[in-house]
Amino acid sequence: MALFDKFGKLAQERAALVQAGLNPFGTRIDEVFSPTEGRIGEWRVVLAGTNNYLGLTFDPECIEAARQALEHEGTGTTGSRMASGSYGSHVALEAELADFFGRRSAIVFSTGYLANLGVISTLAGPGDIVLLDADCHASIYDACKLGGAQVIRFRHNDVADLERRMLRLGEPARNALILVEGIYSMLGDQAPLKEIVEVKRRLGGYLLVDEAHSVGVLGAHGRGLAEELGVESDVDIVLGTFSKSLGAIGGFAVSHHPEMELLRYASRPYIFTASSSPSSIASVRAALRTMRARPELRERLWSNARRLYQGLAGLGYRVGPQPSPVVPVLLGSSEEGVAFWQRLVEHGVYVNLVPPLAAPGGQALVRCSVSAAHTPEQIDHIIQAFASLRASFDGVIAKA
Amino acid sequence: MISQEKILERLFFYLNRLAPPGASIHPDIDLIQELGLDSVKVMDLVMELEDEFDLSIPLNILTDVHTPTQLAQAVFSLMEHADGVVR
Ligand SMILES: Cc1ncc(COP(=O)(O)O)c(C=O)c1O
Repeated sequence: MALFDKFGKLAQERAALVQAGLNPFGTRIDEVFSPTEGRIGEWRVVLAGTNNYLGLTFDPECIEAARQALEHEGTGTTGSRMASGSYGSHVALEAELADFFGRRSAIVFSTGYLANLGVISTLAGPGDIVLLDADCHASIYDACKLGGAQVIRFRHNDVADLERRMLRLGEPARNALILVEGIYSMLGDQAPLKEIVEVKRRLGGYLLVDEAHSVGVLGAHGRGLAEELGVESDVDIVLGTFSKSLGAIGGFAVSHHPEMELLRYASRPYIFTASSSPSSIASVRAALRTMRARPELRERLWSNARRLYQGLAGLGYRVGPQPSPVVPVLLGSSEEGVAFWQRLVEHGVYVNLVPPLAAPGGQALVRCSVSAAHTPEQIDHIIQAFASLRASFDGVIAKA
Repeated sequence: MISQEKILERLFFYLNRLAPPGASIHPDIDLIQELGLDSVKVMDLVMELEDEFDLSIPLNILTDVHTPTQLAQAVFSLMEHADGVVR
């Protein structure tokens, strides 16, 4: 088989799926007007397919901080921190993150994806064991593969299933790394972290929580699900990203284990890639300050989230298991999902289409995400768009 | 210890539930390329087998597994070495 032949099936599937109209898997956003508005071709749309939970991408202080950094530190660092040194701002951000999370150590990576790769693959190598929730993000799966640990997968959010697997492992489970997420990216549901911590207290293991979608979203201070549930001291490592609530790009890991600092000399995804551009780091530092100073953003986010969740559920759509800034709407087949998604754009609403493979449960879904920057009117506009599609997709929704 | 044939038999039981309706399943069919399972379904199958045989089956075995026969072999050899690192 020639090198590129393996893509034949993929190309056919894609072509069959998107025969006409906009391609949900390659959308071009032609203009971005604000955290919540943009233009796709001829359609002006409300953006409800981002992860801009606090709406900080256009925050004047974040923009000003980024502008200052551009002027004073330039457009890029052009090197990895190990080889080319760390800019003062990167180190300062690490100190601020450690302070915010109340942890001993914080390491900044170039993306959240790389943070997972860098931490998990370095900690859990051949001879170690990881236990991961079945619905974990691709970056966590990839990290496990890169590290070469023995990977045991447990049923999504099923604590009894985790416990059964740990008991089966016996003594080695005491040293296993347990991997879960705060809010799961597709269904918007939360990990039963209290119960997981309970199992960990009894059976041992180390716990890593990827709070990519929950930092800024959960907890009285926005530190995520572990804060919300009061179990931070039982979580060994919190992982996060700058690409969602903090409105830029980059990732981080914080921990109370002092040995984490040694990752800087051992973690290939930390060492062999350039560090984030100074403007990104500067805007994240400003976003972190704003997030701490303005808890009302979180309240607005949740009020919008509940409004959308209840609105869509009220229309008879099958939504996710609990109200959340991520509101999935379950549909039928891939083809039906594409048609539905295209009609939403025509009604002025942009969401994410998730094909059955990436969607837990094997059905296509559209994933709506809510921002603190949405006005109640914009949320109602989204609900209206779903309402006007309700009748023509009745069969699809009934099957979901 | 349970035989490899018996493992294959139980594997077919779960495979029938995961495979597309009407698919013809045989021991040497490629689970992904021919039977059309996606990688998540294959991992689900592993989880079912772990519970069926009360055995830890690391996903790592999947690198070398394409067919039901190969999966049954991998499970069988894990059982033989059940006193290793992963039980
Ligand atoms: C749970 C989870 N972890 C990690 C990531 C990766 O984050 P980043 O976009 O910073 O690479 C994502 C992003 O999609 C995610 O959903």
